[in-house]
Amino acid sequence: MTQPTAALRVHDLRKRYSDVVAVDGIALEVETGECFGLLGPNGAGKTTTIEICEGLLSQDSGAVSVLGLDWRRNEQELRERLGIQLQETQLSEKLTVEETVRLFRSFYPRGRTVDDVIRLVQLEEKRAARVGKLSGGQKQRLALACAIVGDPDLLFLDEPTTGLDPQSRRQLWDLIEEFKANGRTILLTTHYMDEAEVLCDRVAIMDHGRIIAEDTPRELIASLGAEHVVEFALAPGAVPLGDQDLAALPGVRSMRAIDDGYELRVAELHRAVPALLDELDARKLELAQLRTHSATLEDVFVSLTGRQLRDA
Amino acid sequence: MTPERFSSLGQLSSVRFKEFVREPEAVFWVFAFPILLAIGLGIAFRNKPADIVHVGVVGSPATAAALRSAHGLAVDALPSLDSAQALLRAGSIALVVAQSDSGGVEYRYDDTRPDARTARFLVDDAIQRAGGRRDPVATHERFVREPGSRYIDFVIPGLLGMNIMGSSIWGMGFAIVDARRKKLLKRLIATPMSRAQYLASFIISRLVMLVFEVLVVLGFAMLVFGVPMRGSVLQLGVVVLLSAFAFGGLGLLIASRARTIEGASGLMNVAMMPMWVLSGVFFSSENFPRAFQPIIQALPLTGTINALRATMLRGDGWHLVAPQLALLAVWTVVTGVIALKIFRWR
Repeated sequence: MTQPTAALRVHDLRKRYSDVVAVDGIALEVETGECFGLLGPNGAGKTTTIEICEGLLSQDSGAVSVLGLDWRRNEQELRERLGIQLQETQLSEKLTVEETVRLFRSFYPRGRTVDDVIRLVQLEEKRAARVGKLSGGQKQRLALACAIVGDPDLLFLDEPTTGLDPQSRRQLWDLIEEFKANGRTILLTTHYMDEAEVLCDRVAIMDHGRIIAEDTPRELIASLGAEHVVEFALAPGAVPLGDQDLAALPGVRSMRAIDDGYELRVAELHRAVPALLDELDARKLELAQLRTHSATLEDVFVSLTGRQLRDA
Repeated sequence: MTPERFSSLGQLSSVRFKEFVREPEAVFWVFAFPILLAIGLGIAFRNKPADIVHVGVVGSPATAAALRSAHGLAVDALPSLDSAQALLRAGSIALVVAQSDSGGVEYRYDDTRPDARTARFLVDDAIQRAGGRRDPVATHERFVREPGSRYIDFVIPGLLGMNIMGSSIWGMGFAIVDARRKKLLKRLIATPMSRAQYLASFIISRLVMLVFEVLVVLGFAMLVFGVPMRGSVLQLGVVVLLSAFAFGGLGLLIASRARTIEGASGLMNVAMMPMWVLSGVFFSSENFPRAFQPIIQALPLTGTINALRATMLRGDGWHLVAPQLALLAVWTVVTGVIALKIFRWR
């Protein structure tokens, strides 16, 4: 038995651009065989972090070790063993799917066959089609094909499903799951919390260049101490509620005001909702909206930063 | 399964070639445009019989009759000096012959116009002969109108040089800046691809295209216009090759930092425009003042065109085009080295 070794180790990483600190001292450890997610809003420093790990940017300070190797000494070996998908690369539109994959295959001394990879990303029917004619989802799958054609030990995916429709996202998730099932390591960035919940064994939540939480998605959600979230709004003209007026209701863990109403973190939905309705009735307040959902990583982000991920 | 061949340089070069061929506009500018231009110029500057010069005569019908019997003149008898002046100003006639007070004739013409000066000599010759002049020296004339001395012969090497410049600079610059803009360059260097092979693929695909380009333009010129090829074909090949390298280096330099197509196009025009004007594509660069000559002669397009004309039209040997070849080699090395030093891969 070999000891599981870290596929990626980052220590006290810092990077600053002329006017802004992009990465402000982060540490990461990604185990071999796991799918690790860097989660956060746009501008959190995810792309800068992943591009430093990919050897495309250099850090101001801090240590990065990839597959136990160093970018300064082992660049060629690392390039051969990593698979990389960048955010917003446009592949040449004049080439066909097959020509594109064949070109990328030619850069790697070992790897999968072109046919294999095209089958894997389900582009067999499009193999003779020009890249310019592909849909957004097909282009992303082609980009994934180019990233895995060298049969990498570690795969970097930067926002792999941004801008795709739900069906294309699901299709891409299946492909990533399949790659994972072969025991390969993945580091991905995303600002979709559902994506991280589905794909990642562990996630690190980033905000303003720092990691503000790191655990399995399940543990992060459990840390809220509440499995459900109740959002409601009052009819226009109602007297606003106080900040903690409803925090003591049965089953409710905490309360806070949000943009267009209030939000309750709730452990027991079946007790909290009737109690809420009774309380509003007693106060003669009219309800305009009521929504509940299971707590997600989104709620974790909100509870940590006080901001919604979408508009952060 | 078929054995798959993974030569990276081969793949890069063939991809480059396919990208070019699948861009119809690029194919037009490289192959069709120079031919269309050559046809246009060939028609505009075809060899015509010697021009007829229009002159006007006021008064004396005897003078008018004398002039009508001379070659190359069309004579209008005009009623008054005023009407003659009007026609002269309008450019309908090049010269007016009037009676002078002293009993001789007076020539009225613009001495800065070549056709007016021609008219002056033809008219004077005809009038003096009619007046009984005898030439002390007997003269014969023999006309030499050979391929090689026509305007089309002069302009074809110019067009060829201009074409090599344009396709090399565009071919390098556009593709590289486009790849950088699309983050494709960044994606490529994230693979183990050899950067040297990436750049080499441009050279290889350029050279393949160059062969076609030169064959199309020269083949057309020789077959349709009978433009001569007096020097060695090998020497022509070396001139073409070195100029493609020099312009390729310049294209690489222009593309080495630019992030947008607009920025690169601007730089390309700044680089090419002066050469279109100064380097003698359409008229001899000797027409520019002597003070500019050192600069003009140092431009790569001037070197290319001079060497092409020397090889094709005069059949000059290696030693006569050596200075131009050396100039092109220097341009290749200097632009290439700077470009590689400052090249922005990300």
